[in-house]
Amino acid sequence: MIELEGLTKRYGEKVAVRDLTFTVRPGIVTGFLGPNGAGKSTTMRMILGLDHPTAGDVRIDGTHYDRLQDPLTYIGALLEAKGVHPGRSAYNHLLCLAQSNGIPERRVHEVLDAVGLTAVARKKAKGFSLGMGQRLGIAAALLGDPRIMMFDEPVNGLDPEGIHWIRTLMKSLAAQGRTVFVSSHLMSEMALTAEHLVVIGQGRLLADTSMADFIARNSRSYVRVRSPQRELLLDVLHQAGITAVESGDGTLEVDGWEAERIGELAAREQVVLHELSPQRASLEEAFMRLTAESVEYHAHTGTPAPVQAWGDGWKRG
Amino acid sequence: MSTPPPPMPQTAAPDWQAAPGSPYPTYTSPIPVVRTHLGHALASEWTKIKSVRSTLWTLGVFALLVLGIGTLTGLIVSSSESDVGGESPLALGFFGLLLGTMCIITLGVLTTASEYGTGMIRTTMVACPSRGRVLLAKALVFFVLAFVVTLVCASLVGFLHVAMLEGNNAGDPSGEEWLKGTLGVSLYLALLGTLSLAIGSIIRHSAGAITIMIGAVLAPLVIALFMFSSSLQDVQQALFEYSIPNQMSIFYANSLSESGPSGWDPLWIMLVATAAALAGAFVLQERRDV
Repeated sequence: MIELEGLTKRYGEKVAVRDLTFTVRPGIVTGFLGPNGAGKSTTMRMILGLDHPTAGDVRIDGTHYDRLQDPLTYIGALLEAKGVHPGRSAYNHLLCLAQSNGIPERRVHEVLDAVGLTAVARKKAKGFSLGMGQRLGIAAALLGDPRIMMFDEPVNGLDPEGIHWIRTLMKSLAAQGRTVFVSSHLMSEMALTAEHLVVIGQGRLLADTSMADFIARNSRSYVRVRSPQRELLLDVLHQAGITAVESGDGTLEVDGWEAERIGELAAREQVVLHELSPQRASLEEAFMRLTAESVEYHAHTGTPAPVQAWGDGWKRG
Repeated sequence: MSTPPPPMPQTAAPDWQAAPGSPYPTYTSPIPVVRTHLGHALASEWTKIKSVRSTLWTLGVFALLVLGIGTLTGLIVSSSESDVGGESPLALGFFGLLLGTMCIITLGVLTTASEYGTGMIRTTMVACPSRGRVLLAKALVFFVLAFVVTLVCASLVGFLHVAMLEGNNAGDPSGEEWLKGTLGVSLYLALLGTLSLAIGSIIRHSAGAITIMIGAVLAPLVIALFMFSSSLQDVQQALFEYSIPNQMSIFYANSLSESGPSGWDPLWIMLVATAAALAGAFVLQERRDV
């Protein structure tokens, strides 16, 4: 369990992380989502005691990180893939980490095996590809068989097989009752692995919700209609009290009405339709909308953010 | 209640049980939990220092310089059939060790600064959040390694010179001279390297810290060389006497001047400087973000 309370980090004038309060619970994968530069890595560094918070507090099972006596058996972390001396072999890199926490040497062999680096264990890290470096970082995180695991952008640089492997790994780690906290800037990636979602933008908390809730609330469904008799169709819809929004290249988007109802209406009024299809906005779009609004909200501090039709922010931006 | 309850099935695999005393239900690892201490950090730093090529290079070049230059000067003096007039033959070891300081400084700086350059420091600090312990372990491991290597080289070159210069009317070094020319100068060099290690931790940049340390060794002598003005004579004198090369030569009793530090003084001076730099590095490390 990781608890953040009012966590704030300021670099001079710039606020990287602003008043973050949320809890990462054990037993599930918690996704930590935000666009690049949102403050994800800074937050993770503060959790690990690397950066000192300007204000607020972060605790690991009620304790500050620097009070942990056996940190690697408590938390395993994969920070940005670098963090390895390029002249040291994978084996020695893991060995010195194991020794610093009194972890038996056999674990080094076990984790090398688990990430598939046994064959190159004695090779220097500088010869490693991005994906191999990522695997070495994951091996280091697994070393202490910790109860809490943090991964900062773990799928970066991995090939499809590696991405599949890390997804399965994270799910199985969570299923064992561990706390798994994964950052990403890809909503689609999170949708596949995370059960809970924490979204930040510009260092602010934008959402702290279960993935199911997020999907239900944010993935808007609508009906796309295309007709050669656009004006006639618009009239018909208008008379029925249905609002249609133009979405470029002659298509209309209708919110909040079933495709059947629109189809029946068009048939009754004899409007030719070329397309009538129910649509669901992707989570990626929902995520972008959420973070885009945060930018807008930031620009009008003090006034309540107006409720906008979907996509307005993009047109203006 | 007549029959005893069946034994609970023993599950070897870790499960959801809460850790004892912890209000948080979570995964419990089968790996034994160890209370870490300085010994763990020392083992880790020893693995680190011996598993990078730069250690081999710097110490290899150091041994080559000390032994090579020592052998050369020994050969030149002994072949010229000159009379050294009862002087201690150990003094010839000075030149090699003076050049060797560059290697010790470089290794000292790299021990700390290279971790900042590569990002390894984050991995290190996550594994050992007690930053003071990391610095102390690095300093101890480096100090012992530098001391042992210097001691071996200085002693070898000392024996070599005594043997080579037997025919040149060289004096038989006294116990005190042996002690200063081996143990003393080795402690001094190891401390100089530890000072470099502290500077490396403060500067966090290998090239920058090495430049500063080489400057600290050379600058006082070079500046003093060009202080012609008589009003600056006292400053010039002090710069000469307290320059690192002169401090080293005091271990061989061939100081550039008659006043200033003598005997074991250089060792105490370097000890204070190193302790101060380490204290500074410690305070900064606690305060700064990694």
